[in-house]
Amino acid sequence: MWKFTVRRILIMIPQIILLSVLVFIMAKMMPGDALSGMVDPNVDPERLDEIRENLGWNDPWHIQYADWVGGVFQGDLGQSFRFKMPVTEIIGQRIVNTFWLSVATLVFTYLISIPLGITSGRYNDSLLDQAITSYTYIGFATPLFIFALVMLWVFGFMLGWFPTSGSVAPGLEPGTFEYVMSKIYHLILPAFSMALITTVNTVQYLRSEIIDTKQKDFILTARAKGASESRVYNRHILRNSLLPIAAFFGFEITGLIGGTVFVENIFGYPGMGQLFLESITLRDYSVVTSVVLLFGIASILGALLSDIILSLVDPRIRIK
Amino acid sequence: MSEKLLEIKNLKTSFRIKDDYYAAVDNLSLSVNKNEVLAVVGESGCGKSALAFSVMGLHTRAKIEGNILFKDHDIANISSNDLNNLRGNEMGMIFQDPLTSLNPLMEIGDQIGETLILHNKDLSAEKRKEKIIGLLDKVGIPRPERVYKQFPHELSGGMRQRVMIAMAIANEPELLIADEPTTALDVTIQSQILELINELKEDMNAGIVLITHDLGVVAEMADRVAVMYAGQIVEIADVHTLFESPKHPYTRSLLNSVPNADKAQDKLHVIQGIVPALQNLPREGCRFKARIPWVDDSEHEENPELHEVTPGHFVRCTCYKHFDFPESKEEQHGIS
Repeated sequence: MWKFTVRRILIMIPQIILLSVLVFIMAKMMPGDALSGMVDPNVDPERLDEIRENLGWNDPWHIQYADWVGGVFQGDLGQSFRFKMPVTEIIGQRIVNTFWLSVATLVFTYLISIPLGITSGRYNDSLLDQAITSYTYIGFATPLFIFALVMLWVFGFMLGWFPTSGSVAPGLEPGTFEYVMSKIYHLILPAFSMALITTVNTVQYLRSEIIDTKQKDFILTARAKGASESRVYNRHILRNSLLPIAAFFGFEITGLIGGTVFVENIFGYPGMGQLFLESITLRDYSVVTSVVLLFGIASILGALLSDIILSLVDPRIRIK
Repeated sequence: MSEKLLEIKNLKTSFRIKDDYYAAVDNLSLSVNKNEVLAVVGESGCGKSALAFSVMGLHTRAKIEGNILFKDHDIANISSNDLNNLRGNEMGMIFQDPLTSLNPLMEIGDQIGETLILHNKDLSAEKRKEKIIGLLDKVGIPRPERVYKQFPHELSGGMRQRVMIAMAIANEPELLIADEPTTALDVTIQSQILELINELKEDMNAGIVLITHDLGVVAEMADRVAVMYAGQIVEIADVHTLFESPKHPYTRSLLNSVPNADKAQDKLHVIQGIVPALQNLPREGCRFKARIPWVDDSEHEENPELHEVTPGHFVRCTCYKHFDFPESKEEQHGIS
């Protein structure tokens, strides 16, 4: 088990190095730079070139890359041109918000998908199953950014049940009970909107896994032992069907990253996704590279998590 | 006359194909005595597994008519509670493919333990473990303490089948159904498993229904043999009678198809045609008629019944009296 985990973590190192190179090169390839859009056009272009030279932007890419990586290792992700403050500080504020949004979304996702998937798989081809399957098809077909807008409009504006922007009500002291409650209150609508759409994969996956496992030979064995129907489902079918769902957990995180970019923008939720889009439009490339790097690392960690979970729950993998 | 353990009366197990039900086991009556090994033979698709599953109550979508009488219960009309009390306790089953019949996520010990937990709630955890290890030892698994903690994928096919057998006999059932227990194993392992079942049968005191298409297995194991064709029993007799004086054309063809090491043969004997699909099965007249076309129609019965030829030896249809293998090789339509 330990050997497996350590080896799996070692594999991550080249992945992250490759990721950082790609991220850096892509950021450099973006047309324009922070000076081209934000500086008074009357400034002498020669002066701009001088600044570029001073900032080291005319050096060969590998030297710039080495500078950047050296900074990253010291916890220095550079300066944001827009906010005029260290990137780490900007990200630090936002990453917490995105983290909680992701956690809430994951909780909603599994709260919805597991009961629906189980019902749908166990009573397949029943009316209930058809209703659940219809929901998943609608979920597959609906773009998240449209659905999130509709949710915002209905529950935020028309009914006024939930706040329409921000991550906390203004004027509250951090650490107080009201502050936490307000945070949660702001989370619910974006997280729920995202979960309703992203959960359909898991519902469908679980459904087909259960239908598949139902027909396995060892289910017959369990019945032949005299296990009751509920025992057959809970102890034999469910555990085997949840394997791929557990394995999928890490990749769910990757999916969340894409989701948060949309949802945070629509709900005006100050998180990494919102920061990401804003920074791209403003060519604040030190922020963009940092955010992409963090997203990438989160995906790699997600895959690692998947493998570790799978090796924990599936004895067949533990051995290898 | 020994005591009857299981009595099947006019069993009809039908499956739904499109909108109609078709009987895979058609009006079959059969009984199994205590301490007897009854072999059910027939080619693939003749309904022998459907029969075994009916007895265990394992069909979920089939329509079952008739009676399956076992221990004051009629399994054809039984509550799921009663059925679960019988299964794994009074009757056990060994399946065809040990590679897929064990739960891949459960330790061997837990899988056998489940049978014990379900039917013997008073057994303490320690006693249970002791008993499981004893069972593993009994079915010839080396180092049972180690295997107890292992997962199915760590065992070979033969070992897994031994585990399946241990599971089936854990609660000393009175009826053991073995559905082609050796089909998925290679030949050397096959004989070991058969030997094991033979050994267990001595001290188990159980009736065994052995479903197989391997006549070698039948000769080695069975006391009585029922030959099935197209959902019906076409011949039933004790094993000596059946092998020495088979009557029904199907039985004779089957026996004739077994390669003989003493006799030089150019070709193996082949029964013409194939078993018709369930929905195309002839439901009237002799069902084997189409596969012995050289026998005249008038020699078959209109509604073939089982006839007692000698005591305990039953044959269906009168065509057996007029049946003989065709002389010339061409007529046989053998493999060319």
